[in-house]
Amino acid sequence: MSLITFDLQHQPQRARINMALLLALMIAFPFFAAQYGNSWVRIIDLALLYIMLALGLNIVVGFAGLLDLGYIAFFAVGAYLTGLFASPQFAALLESLVYNYPALGEWLAALFGEEIRQNGIHLSVWAIVPLAALVAALFGALLGAPTLKLRGDYLAIVTLGFGEIIRIFMNNLIEPINFTNGPQGINMVDPIRIFGVSLAGEAGSQSTVYIGGYGMPSVNAYYFLFLGLCIATIFITSRLQHSRLGRAWVAIREDEVAAKAMGINTRNVKLLAFSMGASFGGVAGAMFGAFQGFVSPESFSLTESIAVLAMVVLGGIGHIPGVVLGGVLLAALPEILRHVVEPAQIALFGEKLVEAEVLRQALYGLALVLIMLVRPAGLWPSPNKEDRPDAALAREEEEAAA
Amino acid sequence: MSDVLLNISGVNKRFGGLQALTDVAIRIERGQVYGLIGPNGAGKTTFFNVITGLYQPDSGSFELDGKPYSPSAPHAVAKAGIARTFQNIRLFGEMSALENVMVGRHVRTKQGVFGAIFRHKAAREEEAAIRARAQELLDFVGIGRFANRTAKFLSYGDQRRLEIARALATDPQLLALDEPAAGMNATEKLALRELLVKIKNEGKTVLLIEHDVKLMMGLCDRITVLEYGKRIAEGLPSEIQKDPAVIAAYLGGAH
Repeated sequence: MSLITFDLQHQPQRARINMALLLALMIAFPFFAAQYGNSWVRIIDLALLYIMLALGLNIVVGFAGLLDLGYIAFFAVGAYLTGLFASPQFAALLESLVYNYPALGEWLAALFGEEIRQNGIHLSVWAIVPLAALVAALFGALLGAPTLKLRGDYLAIVTLGFGEIIRIFMNNLIEPINFTNGPQGINMVDPIRIFGVSLAGEAGSQSTVYIGGYGMPSVNAYYFLFLGLCIATIFITSRLQHSRLGRAWVAIREDEVAAKAMGINTRNVKLLAFSMGASFGGVAGAMFGAFQGFVSPESFSLTESIAVLAMVVLGGIGHIPGVVLGGVLLAALPEILRHVVEPAQIALFGEKLVEAEVLRQALYGLALVLIMLVRPAGLWPSPNKEDRPDAALAREEEEAAA
Repeated sequence: MSDVLLNISGVNKRFGGLQALTDVAIRIERGQVYGLIGPNGAGKTTFFNVITGLYQPDSGSFELDGKPYSPSAPHAVAKAGIARTFQNIRLFGEMSALENVMVGRHVRTKQGVFGAIFRHKAAREEEAAIRARAQELLDFVGIGRFANRTAKFLSYGDQRRLEIARALATDPQLLALDEPAAGMNATEKLALRELLVKIKNEGKTVLLIEHDVKLMMGLCDRITVLEYGKRIAEGLPSEIQKDPAVIAAYLGGAH
């Protein structure tokens, strides 16, 4: 019987205890880490966003078995949505629109009020999050529709193309109408405000957020928001996994022909997988945009898609705790190496032998290769993946004994 | 309610230069076990794939339970009430045996995303019903004790049984089995035969492709024989056994 388990189905009691312990640890983390500087909390903030991405991608790749190499596109859609509707960017869009299509531009200005000509649109987070989920889901279906008959390598190539198309669009949607501000990206994206409290801290507060009388660094406030969203994502994806729909996804992954023959409308169910997966990417993207305060196309390159896929695969494809572990490791590892590689060299050899960046990449790559060699099914694979019949038998006996 | 459950006629299917099926017809009455036999490459599985929507026929008329149905998509055929198994077992290997059968309930249940996330009362009840029915079917085919075992780790014979349980889970009017005894030893065949009799006694209509003539003769109410995509005989097992065309097809005729 494994001690570290989050399997609510088979060991509910132990899983609940473990979850509570982990949650307590996660809540305590920023207070502890803040003593060593905000940058550590910031790293984990981004890692949490990556976990959301990995969990979203896990629906598509892990559950439904559809290899998606362009997943970062949905992250981009969410981020740019925030950029457009929660920054002064809409004013620039309107200006170019008025210049090119005066009638349409004036109509929009009249519709939203004259001040958007100067200020742009500033939607609240309560509107942005559902909107990002919805629009990303739409893009997910849009990508899914032409790929329904494709599988494996072919699907991977089409999705890869889709990811690149989105990025190139973001780079070029500047003329004639300035949607994205091109390669310069969108600046001054609003920080997230929850009940009137800005998570970036008010002006002049040195990035300190005051809730009631209590102040904490901005990164900590974002940490709790992202943690909450991550928990929601884990909750939703695990409920989906253990449902009629989740079984249909796995059935398609395991044998599409048999799934069809069992009455599963594979077209709808696959589109739903793409949409659901994309919506989590969209929300993560919206958070990313607001957190950084800046959105530009270079954050959404193919490398990012591959990094997220690597989190899913290395963690344990289709297994939620594994994917979370993969997300934590692969998002945090490069950053930690960035901090550690140089001081470590100086401590060991007294001088800097290799550029930190080079060594960091090499170690990262080496880690990926090693994990795949030693644990081909991932660091923490789902129990059914175990390639030994006796593993299944052992579990059965365990259950019989329990 | 019609006495004739499945009435199919005039089925043609061409693969490039090969006429795989020529004017094939079949008529199955409710409650029958109907056999489809023929030498290798006779077109049995092609016919199966056509009536279950996996292949698109070039022509043909299809009627299930007195109503025309269109075998244009496999999931629609399953919904209409035909469930099938596969010649080369196609289970959902990494799911447990129970989950495999639960997938079979998909077509008769309806909870979507909201039911899955919020698990309201209706969703919980449906899920419990799915689970209960799946366990019941596993018990029925005799592998109830392996419910939690990963499907790919089941023994060969049990995998065949699991596939039958999964097909039964769709509440089919017609259960179509593609060579369920393939690769089985004598003992396993005997056990399979018992299971098929049990299914028949439940009042299910079964369409059966099989090579094992001995198994077929005792079990089937009627038999159709295919050769080179054409129907060469149809009738009671005793008639089929004596039919000179059938004997020629199996043993080689005088030239």
